[in-house]
Amino acid sequence: MVRRHLRRGLLLAGFALPAAAQERFITLASTTSTEQSGLFGHILPIFTRDTGIGVRVVALGTGQALDVGRRGDADALLVHDRAAEERFVAEGHGGPRRQVMYNDFVLIGPAADPAGIAGMRDVGEALRQIAARRAPFVSRGDRSGTHAAELRLWQEAGIDPVRGRGQWYREIGQGMGPALNTAAAQEAYLLSDRGTWLAFRNRQALKLLVEGDARLLNQYGVLAVSPQRHPGVKVKEAQAFIDWITGAAGQAAIAGYRINGEQLFFPNAAPPN
Amino acid sequence: MQDLGSAFMAAIALVRDGDAGMLAILGLSLRVSLAALGIAAVVGLPLGALLAVARFPGRRAVVVALNALMGLPPVVAGLLIYLLLSRSGPLGHWGLLFTPGAMVIAQAVLITPILAALSRGVLEALWEEYAEALRSFGAGPWRAVPTLLWDGRFALLTVLLAGFGRASAEVGAVILVGGNIEGFTRTMTTAIALETSKGDLPLALALGLVLMVIVLGVNALAQGLRDVALRRAG
Repeated sequence: MVRRHLRRGLLLAGFALPAAAQERFITLASTTSTEQSGLFGHILPIFTRDTGIGVRVVALGTGQALDVGRRGDADALLVHDRAAEERFVAEGHGGPRRQVMYNDFVLIGPAADPAGIAGMRDVGEALRQIAARRAPFVSRGDRSGTHAAELRLWQEAGIDPVRGRGQWYREIGQGMGPALNTAAAQEAYLLSDRGTWLAFRNRQALKLLVEGDARLLNQYGVLAVSPQRHPGVKVKEAQAFIDWITGAAGQAAIAGYRINGEQLFFPNAAPPN
Repeated sequence: MQDLGSAFMAAIALVRDGDAGMLAILGLSLRVSLAALGIAAVVGLPLGALLAVARFPGRRAVVVALNALMGLPPVVAGLLIYLLLSRSGPLGHWGLLFTPGAMVIAQAVLITPILAALSRGVLEALWEEYAEALRSFGAGPWRAVPTLLWDGRFALLTVLLAGFGRASAEVGAVILVGGNIEGFTRTMTTAIALETSKGDLPLALALGLVLMVIVLGVNALAQGLRDVALRRAG
């Protein structure tokens, strides 16, 4: 009794909330790149208009977003680290994983470019050059999808950057924006998703230096959190979201989002895998 | 310098245009912090008063603990409440994680020790003046608590303002348990953190300026009310 009253009291304490509050809603744990690039601001109102279901986005790194799903604190996830997503499904926390859209990563660095990588087409060669010159490199270091991609690229380039830790290789354990802010302040290189880079305002001397390598593909996937594991999960609404974003309407909405005429995300939904 | 200048202009524009998004965020910030202050006051002030008048074994330990809790790192408080309110946690069935209610709890937990510890200090001094008189009426410590709280109300206003200031300036705990959801749990401080990470430093600072002006306004209002009340009482 007391508990119920306490709970109701908290809900009432000023939280008969903004007019926008939806009766039906899902909580979507996703990445900072999708929110900060403005994609959600463009597509989610369309979804809500079509289905009457609101979406509350908690934007985190992919690793953290998956953890939120593991605890049952979100109904669906939209993330970008395929290996981690498949682990999540294999552990029985949810799924199946559906691929939704992609964009790409880019290598950013100071315009002075002390490692001389500008215009390179081979990202592995560029990373080897940065390591050889011991040029400052900022790593997310936060188990995000971008961090996972960065570590994979180093590994493919045959370099263990962690040996440069504390010197030229700087793990900051923060999101994409703070990493860009840090790189701008320290004139360092870093890997960024293109969307966040395009929307980022505090560039100072930073420039896009390397792009277009096939290994820089950034694939996003969507998953529902398992109702068997977490009975509180909103199965129907979460499935409606997944059906929509992988269906014609959602895919068209994604393709329609542009910044200064430039398309940021490319829809490529496919059957579950 | 240019950034500071444009932050100032942006702050003025935000206020002048009555930016709807910002007003909603500001409203939520105030509601959350005032609700937390209300809860913390109901718990913290009587606790502080009781500690000021009562003498019992372990009292010193409680006082030391409260003083230490004033420095509780917000992230730690946030984490604790996150794990309690998570669906996998003991209070998961409340469904409060990532709602304003969770943010109220987090801020209340952070500022209750502040209100208790500061009010104890204020009221202890008052109690030394009053103890004789109150005892001569045969009032025990339990009876003395409401009297002390009433007589110390002007001094306690400052205590409340300190709590409110801490609550409204806090970001680490509310971003964890609220999730910084646009239009639902985004407060002034989490919006500032977000704009900073998007690299829009002037807008972030502009929001900060607006928040500071609001907090200044609340303080001035409280001070004004106190002066009026004092004059009437005096």
